Amino acid sequence: MNFVKNRLYFYILSLLIIIPGIIALFLFGLRLGLDFTGGAMIELAWQGDLQTEEAVKEIQSIGKKEILVQSAGEKAVIVKIASKNQEEAKNLAEEIKKNLAKKATSIEEKNFALVGPTVSKNLQTKSIKAVILASLGIIFYIAFAFRKVEKPASPWRFGIAAIIALIHDLLVVLGIFAILGRFFAWAELDAMFITALLTVLGFSVHDTIVVFDRIRENLRLYPQKPFEEVVNSSLLQTLSRSINTSLVVIITLLALFILGGETIKGFILALLIGIISGTYSSIFNASLLIVSWQKFIEKRALKKSGDL
Amino acid sequence: MIKKYGILINLVFILVVLVIAILIDIPKGPNLRIGSFFREFKIHRGLDLQGGTSLLYIADLSKISEKERSQAIEGAIDIIRKRVDGLGVTEPVIQATSIGDKQGIIVELPGIQNVEEAIKLLGETAQLKFITENGQEVLTGKELRRASLAFSPAGGGQSLPEVNLEFNDEGREKFATATKENLGKRIIVILDNQIITAPVVQSVITDGRARITGNFTVEEARKLTLQLNSGALPVPLTLAEQRNIGATLGDKPLKESAIAGLLGILLVMLFMVIHYKLPGLLANIALVIYTAIVLALFKFIPVTLTLAGVAGFILSVGMAVDANILIFERMREELRKGKILTVAIEDGFRRAWSSIRDSNVSSIITCLILIWFGSGSVRGFAVTLLIGILVSMFSAIYVSRVFLRLAAKNNKVANLLRI
Repeated sequence: MNFVKNRLYFYILSLLIIIPGIIALFLFGLRLGLDFTGGAMIELAWQGDLQTEEAVKEIQSIGKKEILVQSAGEKAVIVKIASKNQEEAKNLAEEIKKNLAKKATSIEEKNFALVGPTVSKNLQTKSIKAVILASLGIIFYIAFAFRKVEKPASPWRFGIAAIIALIHDLLVVLGIFAILGRFFAWAELDAMFITALLTVLGFSVHDTIVVFDRIRENLRLYPQKPFEEVVNSSLLQTLSRSINTSLVVIITLLALFILGGETIKGFILALLIGIISGTYSSIFNASLLIVSWQKFIEKRALKKSGDL
Repeated sequence: MIKKYGILINLVFILVVLVIAILIDIPKGPNLRIGSFFREFKIHRGLDLQGGTSLLYIADLSKISEKERSQAIEGAIDIIRKRVDGLGVTEPVIQATSIGDKQGIIVELPGIQNVEEAIKLLGETAQLKFITENGQEVLTGKELRRASLAFSPAGGGQSLPEVNLEFNDEGREKFATATKENLGKRIIVILDNQIITAPVVQSVITDGRARITGNFTVEEARKLTLQLNSGALPVPLTLAEQRNIGATLGDKPLKESAIAGLLGILLVMLFMVIHYKLPGLLANIALVIYTAIVLALFKFIPVTLTLAGVAGFILSVGMAVDANILIFERMREELRKGKILTVAIEDGFRRAWSSIRDSNVSSIITCLILIWFGSGSVRGFAVTLLIGILVSMFSAIYVSRVFLRLAAKNNKVANLLRI
């Protein structure tokens, strides 16, 4: 198998997934969760004749666009009210509950949350900081860990290739969630989604490092072999490990996704997508990018000497 | 360590660690008591796993000097704790937090369903202030040491209830100055933005004591005393977030995720045995030891387990197995090169180490950032994942290596190690 030779196809496959995602991100954006918008969330369950669809219609008939209502199973709804005004959101939630209580018997408030603007704004700035901080921490660590890598590779090239693979994975998850968010209410951006993103980020690099580590070792062992050959054999040697490890993680995550209950579904799905993408990008993007980079430099050097 | 003392000592060491872990793990196991140090070993469940209320307050520290801020927050936490004790909540969490550049307090009340009542009781009471006639603030509840109920004789053999205040040193000085400057004028006592009383200053008071005499009934005076004692919040607090998770969910999410986790782990074990035969089985035993140690640490530290925390733990199982996969794949390669078994085992571990180290460090970096970034669920996830990664370095590298070496010693078994 020659991965290096076919690298263009692997890049194209990545782009085929990422580009629709980016378009969706620009067109729809992400569905923002309560943590980010601020406002109120109330989950109501009741008994009696009132059906879920009727209740949903009833609440929608209030006609405010900040109100989002979804079914939460039989005779239960979740209502989200995006608002920067805490009091207003709270009053609206109470009003909805009172209205439903008139039509149903023994209404029960199963869940209630109220998030003020200070908290939501803080989460926004903190999320961005966390993602940047994590990326910087990792790029420096890789550059440090690979500081003694043999020529022609350079430690910074490894770091930057790892970061590109990481951005690839983040874009895949964000893009797919932008598309899913159009159809499913649970595919939303909240604190747990950010957590999933950061975990994917860690895992993606975890995977990439294993491959890089092998390249580093083989460069030392076979200094006379051409660089792309070294990269290709390193990829082949680590392939079964990469796939096996991902399988193990995917098995556990799938078990959680199917059996683990409603509340963490979005979180687990984000992890699943990210980890599959992470495995792909560490095999088919990160190392191949270093080869492309190397080729680019060689070509330029050749051109220069040709000019002389 | 392994070479020096031989396999037996290492096995004994692993066994001792395992026994300690199991002792902590078993549901009604012993607790730890060393001198005055006591720790009850139990799994603390987060609000999402047992229902309850969580409140986040933001403190208005604008009127408090930089130096006194942390002290003011501490004071407020103490007072909230006293009030929570009045609610009869088991295992409440009350801790300081920061929200951007603001300081806040998180209050978690497991089992509490009546949020409105809890909010009323916790945050909105008893801001005591003494102001002068022209509105200048001279004293606040911060300088109050203690309030007590007393009776002063009134005409006709009756006695009237009053509240006696005792200030701390700082308050005594402030009160002395204030009474000196306002001799003959009124000082207004305000509690929660309501004027309680506005007595005329009769003399300079230097002993740091004051009496509030209003037209109280005994009941009112008693309530005021209680509020002042448990209640003089040193900083104004505003509620910035409230969450209430219904108790009807009960054990369901915990059971669901526990079953999911168990199934996940069993499938992983199956995979390991099918794929790596005897070494896979040995890795599975290491994985059981890993699980025992991690659970023991959850109880010992203690870690509050949330749904996300369970997910973090399960993900860490994947990472623990990853180290073994790396090692075994490497071992397999060395065997194919024609190396003898014992050499292949040693080389497999040695060569895999740098990837295991480097990749785990990057995951640890992410965990630490997550712990800084988040609260509640996010932190729960990061903490369990971090513990898992650290323990996996012990189980997947050290424990499984001892097992493999032991197996390699026996000629019959050793052949089964050739993967």
